[in-house]
Amino acid sequence: MNTQKTKSVIVIGAGIAGMESSAQLASFGHQVTLLEKEKVVGGHVANWERLFPTMKPASEIIDLLKTDIMNNVNVQLDAEVFKIEFSNQEFIVTLTDGQILKSDAVLLATGYDLFDPRGKEEYGYGIYDNVITSAELEAVFKNGKELKTSTGKTPKRVGIIHCVGSRDIKAGNQYCSNVCCITGVKQAIEIKEAVPDAEVFCFYMDLRMFGRYFEDMYLKAQEKYGVQFVRGRLSEACENQDGSLIIKVEDTLASKPLKMTVDLIVLLLGFEASKGTTSLGKMLHLNFGDDRFISPTNEHLLRHNTKMEGIFVAGTCTGPKSIIATISDARGAVITVNNYLNNLN
Amino acid sequence: MDFGYSIQKDNQIDYDKSHREIAEYIRKEESSFNICMSCGSCTAICSAGIFTDFNPRKLYLLISRGDIRSIRKEIDHCMLCGKCQLACPRGINTRNIILQIRTSIKQNKDHVF
Amino acid sequence: MYFDIFVIPFSAGFIFLFVFLIYTFSRWIHKLTPENKEKLKKSFFSKRFFVSVKEIFSECLLHRKIFKVNPLLGYMHMSLAFGWLLLIIGGNLETRLYSQNPINPPYYPIFFKFFDPVPGDFLFSGFFEFLMDLLLLFILSGVFLAYIKRFRSSMLGMKKTTKLKPFDKLALASLWVIFPFRLLAESFTSGAFHHGGFMTGSLGLFFASFLPVAKLYYPAWWAYSFALCGFFFALPFSRYMHIPTEALLIFMRNAGITQSKEENSFAEVEINACSRCGVCIDTCQFASAADISNVQTVYFIRDVRHHSLKAETANNCLMCGRCDQICPVGIDAKILRQSERTKFDYTGTNSLNYISVKNISKADVIYFAGCMTHLTPTIKISMEKILKASNEKYLFMDKDGSICCGRPTMLAGQMDAANQLIQKNKEIIQLSEAKVLVTSCPICYKVFTEEYKLDIEVLHHSQYLLQLLNNGKIEVERKEFKAIFHDPCELGRGMNIYNEPRVLINKITTLEHSNFDKENAMCCGGSIGNSVISDEKRNSITKNTLSKILTDQEQTLITACPLCKKTFGKYHHKTEDISQVIASALKKITVTR
Repeated sequence: MNTQKTKSVIVIGAGIAGMESSAQLASFGHQVTLLEKEKVVGGHVANWERLFPTMKPASEIIDLLKTDIMNNVNVQLDAEVFKIEFSNQEFIVTLTDGQILKSDAVLLATGYDLFDPRGKEEYGYGIYDNVITSAELEAVFKNGKELKTSTGKTPKRVGIIHCVGSRDIKAGNQYCSNVCCITGVKQAIEIKEAVPDAEVFCFYMDLRMFGRYFEDMYLKAQEKYGVQFVRGRLSEACENQDGSLIIKVEDTLASKPLKMTVDLIVLLLGFEASKGTTSLGKMLHLNFGDDRFISPTNEHLLRHNTKMEGIFVAGTCTGPKSIIATISDARGAVITVNNYLNNLN
Repeated sequence: MDFGYSIQKDNQIDYDKSHREIAEYIRKEESSFNICMSCGSCTAICSAGIFTDFNPRKLYLLISRGDIRSIRKEIDHCMLCGKCQLACPRGINTRNIILQIRTSIKQNKDHVF
Repeated sequence: MYFDIFVIPFSAGFIFLFVFLIYTFSRWIHKLTPENKEKLKKSFFSKRFFVSVKEIFSECLLHRKIFKVNPLLGYMHMSLAFGWLLLIIGGNLETRLYSQNPINPPYYPIFFKFFDPVPGDFLFSGFFEFLMDLLLLFILSGVFLAYIKRFRSSMLGMKKTTKLKPFDKLALASLWVIFPFRLLAESFTSGAFHHGGFMTGSLGLFFASFLPVAKLYYPAWWAYSFALCGFFFALPFSRYMHIPTEALLIFMRNAGITQSKEENSFAEVEINACSRCGVCIDTCQFASAADISNVQTVYFIRDVRHHSLKAETANNCLMCGRCDQICPVGIDAKILRQSERTKFDYTGTNSLNYISVKNISKADVIYFAGCMTHLTPTIKISMEKILKASNEKYLFMDKDGSICCGRPTMLAGQMDAANQLIQKNKEIIQLSEAKVLVTSCPICYKVFTEEYKLDIEVLHHSQYLLQLLNNGKIEVERKEFKAIFHDPCELGRGMNIYNEPRVLINKITTLEHSNFDKENAMCCGGSIGNSVISDEKRNSITKNTLSKILTDQEQTLITACPLCKKTFGKYHHKTEDISQVIASALKKITVTR
């Protein structure tokens, strides 16, 4: 192992993947620079209130990660990458403000964006007042606000729509976004906790309760909170004069169309490759899947390597993942990057 | 504007107008009704289901949607043999649900479903 | 003429009770079906009369069956019942010998010590003076135990004692004070007149030393009279109605009268004969394993009597029969429950008309697996293997699935639907022209035997397999392994079949002893007779039963019911049906026999 010079790595994206991998890489003795284009770290998780399946606050994770990166990592906020080039056996990263940084390796943790529901006009987001997204609902809880309709009344019935922007060719995304189902169950429980008298319905195609304790959460939602589940995909939502919405689905298990008035619709948005993932990936000529996420060299064994030597990937830039999976993935990337750096001359 | 007549929407479940008193009664009397996930194990093993279109999965679902009319005749086809209860992966007390539906329908016999 | 106004309360109560009992008993007897009335009349002129008298003596007075539950408990009931009767008889004899007047008012023997505190010498006077005090002491010891039982029931062998309604508490209170008041009245009188028995006399002297007994004895007699009055008025409406009713029940039962769909009066007698002693609570596995103690037979009967029965109470019972087994009065609680459940029947009459029967092939033996056996296919596979090996011409009636035998529907009180199932199944059985009907499920076996009214032989598979073995149609080899046999509720207590399965298994291995054998068997919890209990509570019962009956985790638990097998199999892997045991021990029969 070559220990002559301290190796450096630039991690792009200070979401949880970026923070975790930076902190761990720094603990191996490398010089780590963490670039975040926003003014705060934490990525999407910083906007969540409580996490499945434990219902622990997201802030716990963010705070822990912030502490980890505090001492050993050089964090730069408001720092967007403009260009990445490779010359003289090192990477040259140019920021939009002109700053130039150099490193021996680059780790992309550029993450995902949520599907823009305006792409599904028939769901009424942005058109009807009482259609909100899962992220907006989360913000209501996080900011300690009361859940109210647009006219300020307490909703008596809420409909949660699964698979918005996922498993939907017409919306541009054929794939499943993995974590929206459990998010829907979690938010159904949270709505019932906030408004116990409200009726909450989840409209789903499948219920993907793949993780540990997910099935328990589903059972609890039914047993303890009385959340009801309708297997049927929302075809369209219409608005009544008073701002309430009409949901039309097929209740497939009854083989009958079903019509229901709700006061609020929550759209569970799917994941898409973020703009940063797309632009940087293209810039570096990386491989992309049909789902527009970055394809690593090998899905099973080389999850963190890419076509370009020295460019590594971690987190959701390679596809939708839960927080549990993202952190594990970030740690996997750390081993790969660490080995790479230690074998460099 | 009311044209004085309307077309019977017999097939669509209009949730806002449906009769959920029976479902509410059952939810109180037999709380395991709430955790049905419509997997269909009960229907698959049902004794009556071999001979007639009695479908417990669909029955519980339609009851919770308030569609009593569709299952009014069917509910009497159950032999109460209990195989569905043994098959249910969530331990739901299916026999009691049938008995409570029958009780509730009888109690509401003047109701137009 | 002996009279004082304080006897009025007692007399009023006594007359009321006397009239009430005459009226009620006459009504009950009158409402019996004509044939049962005939049976009752005949029984009075037969040997059965003496059998009844003997039973009244041993159960109503001595409470032999309660002694079996716990000696102290039995003593308590016995001292109150037998002691009080002896006190009445003794008092009557005493006053007859004293007054030599054949006609005395009924209150005279009871208040004898008031009217004649210093009786002087008469035939056996000393003996009676001693006896009456001794009997009073005897009863008081029982009353003392009764006080203890209400507050520390475990000391009398009962984990839980009956929760009483307010009216019962009133009746209990008056009963509790009758004898203490008698003691006080007699003691004060003894103290005032310086004459009494070994107990009342001594107490009298003791009280006289610091109390104005001359002034106290009269109010004490009033109190005694009122206590008796209160008790007599309360009796017909409280649990103590069992005192006279149990005697009537014994006569009726020994006359051969049983509960049936047409016979409602007998059921009413049984319901009033329940003493609410509460021994059915402890024996019920709900109390010991599922933390449910408000639906046991004692509460069920109480609710029926007071017309406040809820469907849930009637339905929340495993119908295992353990309470019937231990009831000192011999009430058929299972039959009562089923009969009450029929009052909640909401099925339409033509509900099962979608079943039509055709193309039944002929056979000598018709085998009905039943709904539950299809969920434990090892049983039907074993049965087919054995039937094939026996070379019997058999028809597997429900090989591809069929309709239910009808008993689960019956247990839920839906008699009409059950009868429809019975009719269809009978058609199939009759069309097959089989001479024997064999079933591997005791639930089906019970209904086939009791309700189907078939004129062919009906056998449970344990009986049939034993027959095959005894007739040489199959042979088995010994395979020693650790095993115990679990008596299914429906087969054991339900149909009194305890021996055939044991004889059969002992041909293959030696069964180990279980503390919960035969009539004492515990329920697996799987019961199809309970439509209310949650899955979770069932599992508690199953686990509790397994912990009690297995003495070794390596034991194979052999049972003869598919529902028991499925239920136990969840937690104990070495659970086998008796047919499996036989099938795996089958020997190929040699051609020359």
